[in-house]
Amino acid sequence: MSTNSPHFLSIQRLETLPFSVSPMAVPSPPFSLSKHSPSNPPSFLASNPSLDPSKAPVLRPRNAFGSEANLGRVEQTRLRLWNNLKTNSDLRLQASRELPGLTKELESDKSERMERIEHGTDLFDEMKQRFLSFKKHKYMQNLELYEKLAKDQAPKFMVIACADSRVCPSSILGFQPGEAFVVRNVANMVPPYENGPSETNAGLEFAVNSLKVENILVIGHSRCGGIRALMSMHDDVETSSLIGSWVSVGMNARVRTKAATKLLNFDQQCKHCEKESVNCSLVNLLTYPWVEEKVRNGELAIHGGYYDFVDCAFEKWTLDYKESNPIGKSGKVAVKDRAFWF
Amino acid sequence: MGNLSQEEAIEGLKKLLIHNDKDEQLSKELETKIEKLISELLGTTPHDCHPVRRILGGFQSFKTNKFDVYPELFSELAEHQTPKFLVFACCDSRVSPSNILDFQPGEAFMFRNIANLVPPFNQLRYSGVGAAIEYAVVHLNVKFTFIFRCGGIDRLMELPENGSTENDFIDDWVQIGLPAKAKVKAEFGHLPLEEQKRECEKEAVNLSLTNLQTYPYVRERMARKALALRGGYYDFVEGCFKLWEVKTIITTPIRS
Repeated sequence: MSTNSPHFLSIQRLETLPFSVSPMAVPSPPFSLSKHSPSNPPSFLASNPSLDPSKAPVLRPRNAFGSEANLGRVEQTRLRLWNNLKTNSDLRLQASRELPGLTKELESDKSERMERIEHGTDLFDEMKQRFLSFKKHKYMQNLELYEKLAKDQAPKFMVIACADSRVCPSSILGFQPGEAFVVRNVANMVPPYENGPSETNAGLEFAVNSLKVENILVIGHSRCGGIRALMSMHDDVETSSLIGSWVSVGMNARVRTKAATKLLNFDQQCKHCEKESVNCSLVNLLTYPWVEEKVRNGELAIHGGYYDFVDCAFEKWTLDYKESNPIGKSGKVAVKDRAFWF
Repeated sequence: MGNLSQEEAIEGLKKLLIHNDKDEQLSKELETKIEKLISELLGTTPHDCHPVRRILGGFQSFKTNKFDVYPELFSELAEHQTPKFLVFACCDSRVSPSNILDFQPGEAFMFRNIANLVPPFNQLRYSGVGAAIEYAVVHLNVKFTFIFRCGGIDRLMELPENGSTENDFIDDWVQIGLPAKAKVKAEFGHLPLEEQKRECEKEAVNLSLTNLQTYPYVRERMARKALALRGGYYDFVEGCFKLWEVKTIITTPIRS
């Protein structure tokens, strides 16, 4: 904790709240979505100015909605938001009803309050509107499905994908609620059994043994920052960063890539490694005895996938288990049913 | 419409998606209907039993309804991502934040794990979660961290008191949540187990929010207001959503 920052001096009063309190920061009471929704909900995609008031808004509406021809709707929303901020007197009225001491405290730091409005209120409003829209257009329209899902889930897929904001499996492969048990981590890696417990293999254990999924799909993608970090690591230097520690799981992929792509430039090598790392994860999956057993019995199929968001293409392949022995020694993976969608 | 080929019909519907700029509520309803029509024309349906057909159909639908409709957005995303959110969500198939909160490509760096737990900072263990936090906070400069909880804390509450484990990996992982379980047992031990589980789900979010603050780069950015923490709870049984934030408090000094 920084002792120079006044924001972290010892808290002399702990508020009693429904949930846990912490000496560092206190969770506020939960904000339940109520019927009191603002009439002009701001669009999240247009409404997130930088936390530094002196900087211009970071997110550009043009990017959120594509071509400049689509600016119309977004600009209107953004303008509605700014008008709301300027004319919103509700906060001041509410403050004046509070104890005099508190009112004084609030009024003495208006810029900080405006900052909170810009980043707190609009965020809450945006999330609320999105949830209500989901509830109205999806949940209520498919009530029977959601009531069934409320009792249990029986997904056919377990998906291991990268946490990258551009590669959500629900978006790019259209998985609906109940279809895919999804683990997302940096660079979509599956550590081998001998590495010991981690959040990824905890998910694997649950999906395979409890949910009994029939398919595991490991999806890599283009321009992966985690793979880039793996390829950028120095050979003989131990890394102190958590990113380095984690992506080292893919070291075999890096070694094979460097051997196979000596004449290619760094970007091309990274692309090769992105796919090689998926295969490395497929091999690591088979190091789990309960996974290998199910694959051998035909109860579980293991697939690799690669999403290229530069060209919008998806490549998929299936592990050919019979041909893959011995796994790990040669490191080669036999595949079948390769498909390329674009 | 009867004289149009399938391709022409799909192109026409895609144009409707682009030019639809009525008010937010109506446009969302219309958008959903248009996307459904396009899927039907493509011959793809959700919950298709054949796995390969299922993901092929999903990808085609995404390409048609999203990628081709917003080419400038996706070409910018291909160069770099600037998500505002780091989201922690459960792996549960029923609670994808992209479905429930409509996160679009590029908005949220999303880490999904069992029971949605964030362990405290540790350079030797839990490097998976740590890597995600480090990458999102330090390299992507996300502004909000959002822990999104759902039901499913059962295994934590059912862990045997004697420390024995049935599952190699699950039990080791969910033990991160033991402080939350202890708090629930202390405050709500008199309630039936099912209600204790519900309390524990919310308590686990607060525990994760607290653990997040043990990461030095998270603390540093919170101190200069470059990062804010939020907790959320989606109850898919009741169909409701709760959202709350983490605040720091500076009290007025006590004068002698």
